[in-house]
Amino acid sequence: MKDDAQARPASQGTWVGRPLERFEDEALLAGRGCYADDAPVRPGTLAAAVLRSPYAHAQISRIDAARALAMPGVRAVVTGADVEAWTSPFIVSVKQPMRHWCLAVDRVRYAGEPVAVVVAEDRYLAEDALEAIEVDYDELPPVIDPVAAAQPDASILHADVGSNVVSDRSYRYGDPDAAFAEAAHRVRIDVRYPRNSGTPIECGVVVAEHLPGGAGYDVLSNFMGPMSLAAVMSLALRIPAARLRLRAPRHAGGSFGVKQALFPMIVAMCVASRKAGAPVKWVEDRLEHLVGATSATGRVTTLEAAVGDDGRITALAWDQLDDCGAYLRAPEPATFYRMHGCLTGAYAIARLRVRNRVVLTNKTPAGLVRGFGGPQVYFALERLVQRIAVELGLDPLDVFRRNFVPSGAFPYRAPAGALLDSGDYAAVLERALASAGVDDLRARRSAARSAGRLYGIGFAAIVEPSISNMGYITAVLTPEARAKAGPKNGAIAAATVAVDLLGGVTVGVDSLPQGQGHATTIAQVVADALGLAPQDITVDVEFDSRKDGWSVAAGNYSSRFAGATAGAAHLAALRVRERLARIAAGALGCAPADVVFERGKLFARSNPGGALSFARAAGNAHWAPALLPEGEMPGLRETVFWTPDVLAAPDGHDRVNTSATYGFAFDVCALEIDRATGSVHIDRYATTHDAGRILNPALADGQVRGGFAQGLGAALMEEFVYAPDGSFRSGSFADYLVPTAMEVPEPAIAHLETPSPFTPLGAKGIGEANNMSTPVCIANAIADALGAGVDPAAIELPMTPSKILALVAATERMVSR
Amino acid sequence: MKPAAVDYVRADSVAEVTAILAECGDDARVLAGGQSLMPMLNMRLAAPRVLVDISRVAELARIRSGVADHASDGGRAAASGAVAVGAAVTQARLEARPTLAREVPMVALALPYIGHFQTRNRGTIGGSIAHADPSAELPLVLAALGGEVALRSQRGTRRVAARSFFAGMLTTDCRPDELVEEVLFPLAGEGARYGFREVALRHGDFALAAVAATVTRDAIRIAVGGVADRPQVETWPRLAGSALDDALDALARRLDARDDAHASASYRRHLVRTLGRSLVEELA
Amino acid sequence: MRRYSRGEQHRVEVVLDGRSREGRCESRMLLSDFLRHVLGATGVHVGCEHGVCGACTVIVDGVAQRSCLALAVAADGRDVRTVHGLARDDVLSDLQQAFRRHHALQCGFCTPGILMSATDFLARNPAPTEQAVREMLSGHLCRCTGYTGIVAAILDVAALRRERGGTQAA
Ligand code: FES
Ligand code: FES
Repeated sequence: MKDDAQARPASQGTWVGRPLERFEDEALLAGRGCYADDAPVRPGTLAAAVLRSPYAHAQISRIDAARALAMPGVRAVVTGADVEAWTSPFIVSVKQPMRHWCLAVDRVRYAGEPVAVVVAEDRYLAEDALEAIEVDYDELPPVIDPVAAAQPDASILHADVGSNVVSDRSYRYGDPDAAFAEAAHRVRIDVRYPRNSGTPIECGVVVAEHLPGGAGYDVLSNFMGPMSLAAVMSLALRIPAARLRLRAPRHAGGSFGVKQALFPMIVAMCVASRKAGAPVKWVEDRLEHLVGATSATGRVTTLEAAVGDDGRITALAWDQLDDCGAYLRAPEPATFYRMHGCLTGAYAIARLRVRNRVVLTNKTPAGLVRGFGGPQVYFALERLVQRIAVELGLDPLDVFRRNFVPSGAFPYRAPAGALLDSGDYAAVLERALASAGVDDLRARRSAARSAGRLYGIGFAAIVEPSISNMGYITAVLTPEARAKAGPKNGAIAAATVAVDLLGGVTVGVDSLPQGQGHATTIAQVVADALGLAPQDITVDVEFDSRKDGWSVAAGNYSSRFAGATAGAAHLAALRVRERLARIAAGALGCAPADVVFERGKLFARSNPGGALSFARAAGNAHWAPALLPEGEMPGLRETVFWTPDVLAAPDGHDRVNTSATYGFAFDVCALEIDRATGSVHIDRYATTHDAGRILNPALADGQVRGGFAQGLGAALMEEFVYAPDGSFRSGSFADYLVPTAMEVPEPAIAHLETPSPFTPLGAKGIGEANNMSTPVCIANAIADALGAGVDPAAIELPMTPSKILALVAATERMVSR
Repeated sequence: MKPAAVDYVRADSVAEVTAILAECGDDARVLAGGQSLMPMLNMRLAAPRVLVDISRVAELARIRSGVADHASDGGRAAASGAVAVGAAVTQARLEARPTLAREVPMVALALPYIGHFQTRNRGTIGGSIAHADPSAELPLVLAALGGEVALRSQRGTRRVAARSFFAGMLTTDCRPDELVEEVLFPLAGEGARYGFREVALRHGDFALAAVAATVTRDAIRIAVGGVADRPQVETWPRLAGSALDDALDALARRLDARDDAHASASYRRHLVRTLGRSLVEELA
Repeated sequence: MRRYSRGEQHRVEVVLDGRSREGRCESRMLLSDFLRHVLGATGVHVGCEHGVCGACTVIVDGVAQRSCLALAVAADGRDVRTVHGLARDDVLSDLQQAFRRHHALQCGFCTPGILMSATDFLARNPAPTEQAVREMLSGHLCRCTGYTGIVAAILDVAALRRERGGTQAA
């Protein structure tokens, strides 16, 4: 049974915007996907297992692998000594003498840090040998709490740095102090954002081969970029980037940013292959993934607003402390700087003060996790907006309405530099209220409350940045240091469209998809440009750094696909179209500009009857180059590199347009707290988006639902918990709780589309909005349910029943201890 | 996450199982459905020398009703006989037994809370009892009902009352040479009402606290799981109102509740009070 | 009684998706690894190896179970069905088609396990409620979809099968 969406549209140019079924699905549903652990490897490929530190902080006084090496099937053991000999420490984005190697050298700084790699004939044997490696650890005092770690007397992780605070930058835009001095009210909130993760169901996989003759390394992995890290890896391996060939298989089992953190293990496996003299394959297991892959950055924030009597915010002051774990690992401290330009959120606030400190603790290094920076910022900002309404006795909806960037003001330059490209926040709000049925929810709340029940309504308004400026991270440097280092900016996307000798169209893209359906969307986009059907387009999403067009920004992150990669594919297809028009114009007897591409045919606008098939027109270019018009090159293959014009390097006043586009989402959550158990029942959740032009609504809604489920998990159950001694308490899927179908309700989704003026198709990202909006929206609803008496700082994620009940008790002094 | 090397023995009879256990003792572990043991093997938290797979032992795959039981556990509801569930019977099979809700209603109430559809398909009743996780449902129910465990070794068969069988966190009275052969759930008593309730963070997770209760004409028997190191059972007269609250409060305080990553000790005590209260009121 | 000693390779025979197959492995090899790496059934996915995520779910002797919580040698002689056996002559089954229609997958890594659970579940529960479907699904983790499409697909195929009079394609 085919959906109507699958049928050919009446006129051309309308594949984009239809909820097409996915071309990816048949293979995946048949179990015939090719994920990294399914991809063929050379005979003789060995298996790796990783020995990890049981301690959070310790000096390694001795490693003896002799017993392990004598075990059956064991071929090599790699330790810090090998790593020191063959690699360099990873470069860091702040100038600090911190040495971070792919395996621990002399010291371990988090529980789960890789200490050695065993290479054996199979994984079972490799794991046997792990137990035989003798390591003597001298334990050192661990630092777990970020605030304590920032104190001068804290135990120091990196002696050469001399402090755990590795970056401390302050920023000032407008005149915030005057605004605070004049303000009728100051409203302040102190919040913490926990460590959590996207935990894709497929873990990391790396197959590395050291090539003889100085040819470098060949790596197959489910690493998903950003490809800027290719530079970090090749520098660590002391080879030119061209000698590190990175390949990705056809399919990937989710990433949510997390597989970015595979890069140190890619380097470790390259070393392992070199030492073992054979290709080495490592399949990260779930325990390794949880304890050692990466984590969202934990954050401690104090946020204060200068507010007028009407709830109008005139200035914001942020004090943020990021817990980046044991090493500042690339691209950190990007969790801060991705959001830097839009720290004023959806609001027209001209004055802003920011202090950003990065602190290291004895925890897994932080990195990309879907939403990257957004959940942390909006947990503070949107809790603050809720508090402004409570403290000033205003309807929270009025606080939004009075502070939103006005509808006619786009593109709007925010004080820290974001150029909000397009939007109509007030209109989205109204649509959201209708979608949620807010009047009905308020009636339900009144009824519930008069019956003594705990019912609350929460809201969240978030600006969702997409297509990250490669230069934003340099905002961490002072303008002087930046000038010395040279400017960085842009967000180059690449796509290649080729037409073959029978007129078949192949597209290659740089987006390293992790399951989002990029092949389907690209087929829709290119079909529109060439007057073909999506079924006619072959999209290759495998990646090979030796063969594909790519640049630093390539990869699957910052929701860059719809705006940047699909846009580049569109432009490349247009280029092919122009060339075909020139080639066919003569035969069609018209000017190239009058060649129409429709339904697989080319014809002159004035003569639809005299059509040439697309295949014929393209075939001529291959089989009869002599017929090409004067000046036309042979071959039909166009690669477009596109970068948004609006992404400049940070200026001398630390203003930076951190992303090319900014979507918007407004969420409404109504929930009830069960007084007996403290558990939360979501009564209704409505999420309303403006992501610019939507390329495939079914896939866009899929992104919303997936992000919502993860946001719900972050709100209610997900957390990486460390004991005071630094041991890890969330080391299995029985401890790190991910929501199941029983916990995830069905959100009501609505859209409004204000196309971006800055992307080729008018599209923006949509995949991260709910990771940003849902945690705080649920928290606001819980705060509302608990009533005005609740300590705002006590709303800490995840809001487990145990915590909620303690708050009910504290607020109502009802439950005896 | 791969198991350590192990000798695997697939037994065809109880005699074979007990022979191996007699020979290997502590070095052997019995493998039934594997839903608790296999994760431990994969994580190498357990690395026995020998695994004895009992899943194909036909004698252990029986469910017998009306078996005489000799439990001397006076507090439980008077009943004659028990449903004896063989060690290799899966949770799903027991769940599908049409007469279960009549025979042992509390087991029927608790089974859907155990893990998931997919794990109940393989997980066994005997395996869960032998594993003795303090947060697991079946040990709680067995203790609540005052059931028994039949242990078999080459030395013979003995029956142990649930309250002596569960000896602590993942610890039982089962000796190294013994096999949990059958689990005996006493049949429902005339006029007794049974209830089961638990709170977990997600559906199918182990309980943060679970309460099982039996209310008869003149007694309340209440059992709590998920809080202490083993199921705790108490028998009270038909308390109500504040007397019931006081008794529940005292029970909650006697349990050695601990804070962990998912819930505080005081939250668990609270659950004991509120779940206990609502359950007893429902059954009254 | 049959003994499989450690450190040796043993022959294990199964009926895999209707075909008799055999392979050799150590006594400790997990059924998931045996299916994937020895028999080549890479549609069986591995996401946790401790029985929580459900990605490895296969049907053994008619019931859905975790293949990461079983030893290959224990499956000797059994009937094993995997995602590879659902489509007939390259035509997706009604359940697979419903998944495509309802966008019940994104990365597809959780999907094979869910398809196998749903196959067993629907055979035993031809007219499930949404609540029952969700309870069954709670034995699987999907990080991509939020479960909406999965629930809809399973309910849809159940309804379609009932309309067609209870005969099943699976
Ligand atoms: S891999 Fe078997 S349940 Fe996760
Ligand atoms: S589709 Fe990716 S985990 Fe379910």
